[in-house]
Amino acid sequence: MTLPASPTDFTLADAREAVRAKKISSRELTQAFVTAIAGARTLNAFVTETPEKALAMADASDARIAKGTMGPLEGLPLAIKDLFCTKGVRTTAGSNILSNFIPPYESTVSQNLWDAGAVMLGKTNMDEFAMGSSNETSYFKAVLNPWRARNSNRNLVPGGSSGGSAASVAANLCLGATGTDTGGSIRQPAAVTGTVGLKPTYGRCSRWGIVAFASSLDQAGPMTRSVRDAAILLKSMASVDAMDSTSVDVPVPDYEATVEQGVKGLRVGIPKEYRIDGAPPEIDAMWAKGAEWLKAQGAEIVDVSLPHTKYALPAYYIVAPAEASSNLARFDGVRFGHRAKGVKDMLDLYEKSRAEGFGAEVRRRILIGTYVLSAGYYDAFYSRAQKLRTLIARDFTQAFEKCDVLLTPATPGPAFAIGEKTADPVSMYLNDVFTVTVNLAGLPGISVPAGLTAEGLPLGLQVIGKAFDEATVLRVGRSVEQAAAFSAKPKAWWRAA
Amino acid sequence: MSKMITGAQGEWEIVIGMEVHAQVLSLSKLFSGAATAFGAEPNTQVSFVDAGMPGMLPVINKFCVEQAVKTGLGLKAQINRVSVFDRKNYFFPDLPSGYQISQYKNPIVGEGEVYIDLPGGDTARVGIERLHLEQDAGKSLHDQHPDQSYVDLNRSGIALMEIVTKPDMRSSEEAAAFLRKLRAIVRYLGTCDGNMDEGSMRADVNVSVRKPGGPLGTRCEIKNVNSMRFIAQAVEFEARRQVDLIEAGGTVQQETRLFDAKLGETRRMRSKEDAHDYRYFPDPDLLPLELDQSWIDEIAASLPELPDEKKARFMRDLGLSAYDAGVLVTERELADYFEDLAQGIDAKSATNWLNNEILGRLNRDGLTIVDAPVSAAANNAILAMVSDGTISGKIAKDVLDIVWSEGGDPAEVVRARGLVQVTDTSAIEKAIDAVIAANPDKVEEVKAKPKLAGWFVGQVMKQTGGKANPQVVNALLKTRLELPEEG
Repeated sequence: MTLPASPTDFTLADAREAVRAKKISSRELTQAFVTAIAGARTLNAFVTETPEKALAMADASDARIAKGTMGPLEGLPLAIKDLFCTKGVRTTAGSNILSNFIPPYESTVSQNLWDAGAVMLGKTNMDEFAMGSSNETSYFKAVLNPWRARNSNRNLVPGGSSGGSAASVAANLCLGATGTDTGGSIRQPAAVTGTVGLKPTYGRCSRWGIVAFASSLDQAGPMTRSVRDAAILLKSMASVDAMDSTSVDVPVPDYEATVEQGVKGLRVGIPKEYRIDGAPPEIDAMWAKGAEWLKAQGAEIVDVSLPHTKYALPAYYIVAPAEASSNLARFDGVRFGHRAKGVKDMLDLYEKSRAEGFGAEVRRRILIGTYVLSAGYYDAFYSRAQKLRTLIARDFTQAFEKCDVLLTPATPGPAFAIGEKTADPVSMYLNDVFTVTVNLAGLPGISVPAGLTAEGLPLGLQVIGKAFDEATVLRVGRSVEQAAAFSAKPKAWWRAA
Repeated sequence: MSKMITGAQGEWEIVIGMEVHAQVLSLSKLFSGAATAFGAEPNTQVSFVDAGMPGMLPVINKFCVEQAVKTGLGLKAQINRVSVFDRKNYFFPDLPSGYQISQYKNPIVGEGEVYIDLPGGDTARVGIERLHLEQDAGKSLHDQHPDQSYVDLNRSGIALMEIVTKPDMRSSEEAAAFLRKLRAIVRYLGTCDGNMDEGSMRADVNVSVRKPGGPLGTRCEIKNVNSMRFIAQAVEFEARRQVDLIEAGGTVQQETRLFDAKLGETRRMRSKEDAHDYRYFPDPDLLPLELDQSWIDEIAASLPELPDEKKARFMRDLGLSAYDAGVLVTERELADYFEDLAQGIDAKSATNWLNNEILGRLNRDGLTIVDAPVSAAANNAILAMVSDGTISGKIAKDVLDIVWSEGGDPAEVVRARGLVQVTDTSAIEKAIDAVIAANPDKVEEVKAKPKLAGWFVGQVMKQTGGKANPQVVNALLKTRLELPEEG
């Protein structure tokens, strides 16, 4: 292994080997990322940088390395989405209402990473309470996509809601990052930033300590520069957790050990309902190419049907806001977070604190969620959405009788411009059309960079697997990655002169 | 047993249903490990979950579930193998998450029944509609600061059982009898301490009136009825209010009313139209609660004997009257005390001893059965000494007084103080001779009037320090004074 030009260009796997071989110390590695982050503030990828904490953690790692007591992620610097509560480090969820919130506890997933020896670089920007597909709903302003179209200076969105994590991985500001995915919030930003994003099976990673958006859909996962890195990171993030009743006690396999096993003999399903009117021809072309790649490597391509796909987005936009309207009730200005001043009574305190604390998209979803749960509307909306959810999950179960994984586009298009879709929430919501079904069914899905559009912007392919079969998802993702040989990187236009 | 209200237009029947909130007896809360002790400093028993902190998740406390199942079994109710926790959404400062976790459509316990004792030895059946588990809220404190309210979250998250009856009660007496019986059952089971003063048992009472046999009237829910006495008052007031309203040409509005204990009246809190839309939906943080039948069976097998069974056994095996047995089983501790005390003793003597001697002294000293200074075993020993003739009934009371105030073992007290009954005829004859020798005039009188033998008995008892066996004294006196056998 040769060291790259800059330590920030390492993959997580290579950095791990370099640290283990003592070719680089965790401090040197961490310092390189701290410097890179400071030089990339134009991207606005971080809400909170924690350079001192990072270097202190790196020193502690180096001490452990010297003693020979290394964790699987020893000394490796990561970025954490600002939805994960981090003890003593401000956690905002991208919202004004939590802009001053410092949790006295650490989320299970981030604790798992620190226990594995990882180093925290800071907290990444995100759509407010993970509600958005462009990172534009953040109280801390939009994140810019490191990618720009060829011969263009137009700023593009990095996707969302894990836009800060995606941008920081794409711009080499960290070795990997955590994201959360409720309707596509890991996979969609990964796809439009040329990075890898994995949403594990619901219940694979603990939700304890992650600020809740929609509890029955939220799931944490890794965002990385390679499929192997995602395999490594997931292994450390995942755990059954007595503190999360919905986490599931299924052994966490060594994903890295099987990631190179290829697709020979696997049946790859192509769901016909994922061919949608009005999608750019490049999307279908990329999808067809992906199927050919896998076929060439020995997979069998089978046509399958997921007949209820068209109901997924509407069902999602009932279930997710319903849960959110209840989950966000605790932000009332009484115990923590933003509290309005000069209020006249209790009701006024609630109304002003919440009106000032929440942005427009969050308010919209609280209103939708409150409405669909209201007496007289519950059966028409919430109950029916839950029934659709059952049907969507059954679609997958039936498809998996014919195939082992599904291959689909990750997004209906590449990164779009800042401000392009903010005026039309429905066009924004359509970004999740290929990803949201997976959350409704609780399945694992990965987005892997597959190529560039004619304009030079990354596109991703999605591999969807059976519940708790992340190992196969990663294997197939790795095969796509290998065939695509995606090596493009964005030009570092954001770097401070 | 209906008790009618007489109005200007004739008789009206009162129909009562209840919703009782019973705090689960558990060291920790329903969904967190925080403690539940009563009276702790504000906000010292609050976990991050109870405070509704971001990212916190509830985890069900298995013991609280066991307590609910146990209570369900005690109410002879259907235990639902699958139940669901729902969120009841509303804003209030003492409700940190903005929702209360409760059970709405699928409670853990379904239909059951409770039998209540009515005056005259009758019983009545009160149907149980359901029992569900839910969290308690915190408490707002309005008296700590001139213009701010404080919130104490110690109670936030404590497990409650909401027990809902069918509208089966027909008088305030029945309502109070039901609550007493329910309290006895949960206390026997150890699932709730039934302490109304500390709020661990609170009742909301639904009251309506109707013409006898007619369709059910519109009900009003009376909140906050926190003692047995208030239940009677609240029901009486509310039923009379409804009758007066209807007879004056008005209609009863379905509404929530608050009982004002000071004024002894109910007043409107909110109408049906103002009722919250709680937007119930299944809590996505909790999976449906699924119970193994074998676990339910294990709990069923571990249930203690409940008041109804105990009462039946006391009547059947000990020959107690329904009244005596009913009184004894109202408190498990009293029944246990009685059983220990009555071990090998004639049941009637044991009952009399308990009622006259023990309860009398407890009452005098302001104590309850659990703080009785003399154990049931010690009482049993005293009664055993009476029945085997070691001491007399009179001495028994003296012995009880001694051990009541000074402690000690009754047998030892009797021995050390020489209280053993004298049955030795020579000793008693000696005493009789002495009394006869000293009172020749009395001997003459008694021969003419045999009733006066009682005076001699008293003198002999005095001589022997009360230790002589009265039967023996009687018999010997009769012989010595040559009195007729039947006198």
